[in-house]
Parts: sequence; structure tokens; C-alpha cells
Amino acid sequence: MSTTATAPKKSSEDGADSIGATIRAALTSNIRQSGIFIAFVAIIVLFTILTDGKLLMGQNVTNIILQYSYILVLAIGMVIVIIGGHIDLSVGSVVAFSGAVSAVIVIKGGQPWWVGVIAAIGVGILAGAWQGFWVAFVGIPAFITTLAGMLIFRGATYLTLDNISLSPFPSEYASIAMGFQNGLLGGNGYDVFTLVVFGLAVAAYIFSQFRQRAAAARYHQHVAAMPLFIVKLVAVAAVVMWIAWLMANNRGLPNVLIILTILVIIYTLVTTRTVFGRNVYAIGGNLTAATLSGVKVKWVNFGIMLNMGFLAGVAGVIFGARSNGAQPAAGNMFELDAIAASFIGGAAVTGGVGKVTGAIIGGLIMATMTNGMQLLGYDQSLQNIVKGLVLLLAVAFDVYNKRRAGASR
Amino acid sequence: MAENILEMRSITKTFPGVKALEDVELRVAKGEIHAICGENGAGKSTLMKVLSGVYPFGTYEGDIVYQGDVARFHSIKDSEHAGVVIIHQELALVPQLTVAENIFLGNERKNSLGLIDWNTANTQAVELMRQVGLDENPTTMVSQLGVGKQQLIEIAKALSKDVSLLILDEPTAALNDSDSQHLLDLMKRLRDEQGITSIMISHKLNEIEYVADTTTIIRDGQTIETLDMSEPESTQDRIIRGMVGRELENRYPPKTGRSIGEELFRVEDWTVHHPTQPGRLVIEDASFDVKAGEVVGIAGLMGAGRTEMAMSVFGRTYGRHATGKVFKNGQEIHTRSVAECIQNGIAYATEDRKRYGLNLIDDIRHNISSAGIKKLTKNGWIDTNEELKVAQEYRVAMNIKTPSVLQKAGNLSGGNQQKVVLSKWMYTDADIVILDEPTRGIDVGAKYEIYTIINKLAAEGKGVIIISSELPELLGTCDRIFTLAFGRVTGQLGIDDATPEALMKLMTQERTAKPATASAGEGK
Repeated sequence: MSTTATAPKKSSEDGADSIGATIRAALTSNIRQSGIFIAFVAIIVLFTILTDGKLLMGQNVTNIILQYSYILVLAIGMVIVIIGGHIDLSVGSVVAFSGAVSAVIVIKGGQPWWVGVIAAIGVGILAGAWQGFWVAFVGIPAFITTLAGMLIFRGATYLTLDNISLSPFPSEYASIAMGFQNGLLGGNGYDVFTLVVFGLAVAAYIFSQFRQRAAAARYHQHVAAMPLFIVKLVAVAAVVMWIAWLMANNRGLPNVLIILTILVIIYTLVTTRTVFGRNVYAIGGNLTAATLSGVKVKWVNFGIMLNMGFLAGVAGVIFGARSNGAQPAAGNMFELDAIAASFIGGAAVTGGVGKVTGAIIGGLIMATMTNGMQLLGYDQSLQNIVKGLVLLLAVAFDVYNKRRAGASR
Repeated sequence: MAENILEMRSITKTFPGVKALEDVELRVAKGEIHAICGENGAGKSTLMKVLSGVYPFGTYEGDIVYQGDVARFHSIKDSEHAGVVIIHQELALVPQLTVAENIFLGNERKNSLGLIDWNTANTQAVELMRQVGLDENPTTMVSQLGVGKQQLIEIAKALSKDVSLLILDEPTAALNDSDSQHLLDLMKRLRDEQGITSIMISHKLNEIEYVADTTTIIRDGQTIETLDMSEPESTQDRIIRGMVGRELENRYPPKTGRSIGEELFRVEDWTVHHPTQPGRLVIEDASFDVKAGEVVGIAGLMGAGRTEMAMSVFGRTYGRHATGKVFKNGQEIHTRSVAECIQNGIAYATEDRKRYGLNLIDDIRHNISSAGIKKLTKNGWIDTNEELKVAQEYRVAMNIKTPSVLQKAGNLSGGNQQKVVLSKWMYTDADIVILDEPTRGIDVGAKYEIYTIINKLAAEGKGVIIISSELPELLGTCDRIFTLAFGRVTGQLGIDDATPEALMKLMTQERTAKPATASAGEGK
């Protein structure tokens, strides 16, 4: 089935599909994965046209990343929670609570900025452990546990802050979210350092893709046809370098982008290359089968919630730094954005399916739409309606696909 | 000869690839109790589903003549309307509703305003309960009643629908002796006092002998014979012969290369309680063992506790308060968690691979590596290249028919799914392999392949335990067979002494009867 009549010239390489077969695979079996990229590109094109190109101006691209970084961090944790078959409604409150503790320690207590960062992340981990305990060991559904957590940690935030906002943070703290790496290697109107970092990242990506393809081909697996594979790599490289160019010409490389990239790489590896990651998929895919295969379900569930707490702590630091202080109502509705990003990014409602990169793309789709509508001057109410509809359609698409796949079985 | 209330004429029902029923004939006289018996998977339940409209008119061939007319039931609603009520093995009561609410569920007593008239409902409920010999408050929550009384409530519910043909699917499977007796007497009373015809599916031959007027035996989707139970030669042995009497064909690979060694694995005095009903013993003092290079079978009818026994041994994945000892190579080992079992080289391939055995939405590769993932992990990282290689090797070795190991497990046929499950457990390097219904829902060709794999495992010196409802399968693959009945090991037979009749006799042995000695002299 690797080559068909549409591609008379059989690829010489073992296991490589014809161009036709690759495209067909992308459009049929991988529709959920490729669909989201197509949607992302379509949304970018649409809003670029509607905003007369403002969407893709250097300043605006940088803004999108700064504005949505903490949602993307949360989406990484949320997609893992959802793959495991759970949900977390408390992340907004945990973000607020960790930020509040951090602000009290640094602004009121006069401690150095890094103590505040460690404290915020520590609070996040403790909150995650608390919820993990109830979900994993007591067996309360995550929906209930985290609904309670949403109230508990919001209340704790109000108590910690005494109902008033605290600001400002020292400049080092604020620079976590608002700072840039610029001018480290000089440059003539553009930042060479930014370009070099992006260049290295692209090179590493291309290298790993080639290795993966070679390994797959060695075991006679289907791999994409070589010309299409190269087209894909070139396209990715071009887009990434173009974004690098936009940033290099603006304010340089944002610190949060560095943090975010590191997190994405780590969590992609955790979900695909570690036993823990594998167990999360197993639990979400078939809980009983996982139990009967020796998966320590309770500890994996605990780990899932603990990790979500940790990332909520990180997001708390970034949000605090960006807003340069702590507010009692911070992080309101963040959980919904993170959940929406995961589902738009291809996570299955029933668990067992999803990808970290998918959730990031899902988050970026939301970010692009929101930003585009803001540029167009649409007010909040309309933005919410559109975002809601997009979420609904994305999941409907998933459900439809599943039914179709189920019927053809 | 009394007139027939029901005639099912040459009923044929096909599922994709399988003929579940072929020209089945069933004639039930008005006012009799008609028993249907046969091995698991013989087609009894399918036949009852055809009759009750679960498989609607048009999806089967043949005619159902009910009270003189050809019936066209499109749903359960239709058949119930005509007075055919089926009571399933799993009770269909809502535990959080009251007795009266359950009896009239979907059939509510309404007043002129369309509201439920609770006075009428409760009064009628009391009268219906009286008919089945129950004296309960109609506003009692069903969850507060025992299983025996719940079964009677089901019958009261059927009576409320003006039943004329009552179908009971293994009605006493979950009941103790006195509750069973009560139920059987009720069936007789309903027949004698109200003229209600009953069809009873049962494995308990003494109950059939006690209550049935006629018995129809079904085997492999075909009617074998109908016995008039008033004839003196219609004995339990006669029924057993009808149930199992098929020729053993050459469907099993020869047991070559087996050399049976020392005892490898032994379970002693294993007792397990029901997970939700405290005090109910599911397994009682069960002991069994397997030697290196030996294939041991566990035979038992539905509800005997075969799967429950295996799962409770395998990491306590079933039941509560499991007690007993487990030995491997003469040393006592613990099997408190699945991880511990895998560590000790025990593997258990589940009966229902779709629900319990595989992650259907993940690919074949990940399913194969899931139980032995530790072997692929170095410094915390999974070697994914090695994983792919392992999956490929098993795909070739086990002849898993798929274009790629990256296919989702859910896209495979039953036989190939089972090969994935076996691959998964073989990769854990287990030397004690428990296979629960290894060939259920698999076509004949794939079955042969699975048997070949079982032979290979035994030839490698592993101890294999097979749980199966199909006696020919056990006789064709095993060296020794244990029989399990109602939670007890009732005996063991060496393959030379094991005949279907001897096994069936042990498998239907009641709790009250004296347990058979472990000697191998039961064969006839």
C-alpha cells in the first residue's frame, strides 16, 4: 500500500511513500494533525488581509508572544491533564495565588527577586500536590477537586493580598516577562544574536527530523516522500527565520520566548520519550488496560496534577512580571483559555490523544484571532463569541472524525 | 399436545463474518416452562435477542410465530407490548429508585392530568409483589434489598406489563440456594396459577431437571434436540451429551516438543470476596498449579469465577480481601500489584481485549511495549528506535497482519489484536502466562495460529494457564484441566482422562455436593 497507481515511479528509498500517498495520508488519517496547521495558516492569512498586514508587523508579532506566553505555558500542562482524562479548572486561581505570594515576599518583604520566583513556583507545586492527592489517592474526580481548588486558591489570593493590588516589582523581576536579549552580538539595525539563536534552533530541528526519518525508514515504516519532506522542512525553516527577522528588527529576542521554547522542548520529550509520558497516554486511552499492564495509575495521576501546579507557578511568575505586580483578580478565566487551546490543538475530549505542540498551536490560534480582532477594533463581547464558536467547531470536527473512523472500522 | 404459544421457525442470524444462528427451531407450548441450554457462545442469548426485538424484524431470516401470528418486533417496546418480557442476567433495576418506581419505570401510572398517580402505583405494586411472594414497602429503595429480592422485583415488573411469555436469562446465577429455590417455585406457581409460559436459559442442570417441562439444546448456533423432561431418559447426563457432543476435528496443532518439568507456579487456598457485596465469596479455597512446559486449562461455565480468580491472583485486580498463597519454583511470592506480578514473571492476557487489554486509540507499537516498557528505558528515556524495532520483530514473529506497526490497535481484526496482546506479554519475558479466553471472537484460522503460539510457549519451558469456555479448545491444547464451579475447584483431570462429559459433570457440580477428589478417575 506504500505506492499506488497514482505514483508510477516507486521511490527507491525503502519505506518511503510516494508524493500522492503522503498527501493522501495527510488528508485522511492525519487530518486532525494537519487540519490544525491548515487552520492556523488560514487564520493568519485572513487577519493579515483584514488588518492590511498589521498582524505580521514585527512589533505585533512580539506582542502576541508577550501577551499569550502564560496561556501557552498553562496549555502545556493542561494538554497533559486532558490526555490523562482529567481537567483542571483551578489554574487561573493558582496563577493568581502563586503570583500573590511572590509579590508579598518581594514587594512587601523586600526579598530579592529570585526568592520571589522560587516561592511562586513552590506555591504552584504545593497546590498541584494538594489537588493530586485528592484526585489520585482519594479518587475525587478532577473536575470537582479543581472546582474546589478554583475557589480555595482564589480565596487564598484575596487573603494573601488583603484585597488590594501590590506593585511594582523590581526591574529584574519584571524583565522575566518584558525583557529582551538584544545586542549581545551587535548588528546593524537588527539583532544578530536573535538570528543566530533561531538559526541554531532550525538547524537542530532539521537534524532531528532527518534522524527520525532515517530511523523510521530503517524499520520499514512509512515515511513521507523525500521531495515533500524537504518542502516541509524548508517551509518550517523559512517561517521560523522570517519570525526571527521580524524580532531582530524590533526589540530582539524576548526572554519569555526562551522560557517557552525550553518548556516546549522538555515537555515534548517528556510526553513522547519517558515512561511517565507513555503512562499518561495509556491511562487516558484505556484506564483498565493500563492498570492491567502494570501502570501505577495513582502515582501517574498525582504526577499529572503536580506538574500542572508547577506550570501554573511558572505562569504566575510570568504574569506577575508582565503586569508588574499582583492583583486579587489576576488569572481570571485562564483555565478556560488553556483548556480551549488544548482542544483546538487536537486533544480528545475522552483523553488519550493530544500533543504538546498541538496545544501550543491551539493557543497561538486563539492568540492570533484575539489579537487580530483587537487590531480591527472589535470589542470584547464579539471576541468571546468568536472564540467560543471556534472551540465548539474544533471539538465538533474531532467528534465527527471519530465517528467516521469508528464507522469505517 | 397443547397449542404452541411460540414457534421460531428456521431462524438464521448472521453477523459480519459469523453465522451466529443457523436454522434454529424453537417450539414452546402454552403454559410450560421451557429450558434452553448450551455451551457459552452456542447462540442462546442471540436467539433471545431475536425473539425480544433487540435484533429487529428484518435483520434475521426465518419466522417468529407468536400466538398464531407472524410477529414483527422492531424493538423491545414492540415485544413487551405483545406480552414477551425478557429479564436479563444483569439486573436492570435502578438502585436509587423505590420498588414502586422501578416496577412502573417506563410504564408509569398516570392520572387524568398526566401526572404520576402514586397512590395507584403503590397499591398496585403491593399487589404485584404479593404475587411474587414479596412483602416489602413499595417506597423502599431497591438498593436496600438483596439480590434475590431484586430478582423477584424484576418479575413483578414483568407481571405489571401483562406478561404472557416470560424469558429469564440465567435467573439464578447470582442467587444463593434458598433464593434460587424460591424463584424456581415461583416460576412453577406462575405457570400453574396464571398460565404464564416461561423460557429459562440456565447452566444449572439440576434446576432444569427440577423446573422444566421441555428442554431445547443449542450447540454452535443450531438446534440439536428438544427433550421432553417427563421422559425418564431425559437426565442430566443426557443433556450434557447433547451440549458437548461434537466431533473433535483437526483444529489444533499437535502438542509436539513438550517436556513437562518441575512445578513452576502454584496457588493455594485462594479465597476472594465480591468487590461490592461484603460476605459473598466469589472464589473459595481454590488451589491449582502449573509445571514448567505444561499447558493447564481452567474449565468452568459462565459465572464460575474463572476470570475473577485469575484477576485476583494477578495483582489483586478483582475483588476484595484476597487470601491464599502463591508459590513460584517452590518459593512463596507476593502478587499484590500488577507491577509485582510482572516482576515475578507472571503475565495475564485478559478475556475482553478491547475493553481491558488494549489501548485501541494508540498504535500497535506502543501497545506491544506497554507492559515491558522498563526494558526499553535507559536513564529515564525510552529508546524509541529500539521500541520500533521490537514492535517490528513481533509483527513478523507473531504474523500480525497490518501494513504498519504505527497503525492504531483499534483498526485490527480480533485475531490480530489478540496477537498484539500476546506480543505485549511475551515481551515482558514472563514464564507464567495466563490466557483468559485467548480465542474468543477470533476466526478459525487465527485460532490455529494462537494455539501454535501457545505450543511454542510451552516448548520454551513456560507454564501456560488457559481459561476457556470452549471444552474442545481445552481438550485440544492442554495437558491437564482444572474444573471450576461456583467459585470452587471441583476437580482436575489429566488429558487422558478428560472427556467433555466428565468435565461438564464437574463444571456443573453444585456447592452443596461433595467436592470431587483430585483423582483422575471421573472419566467415563
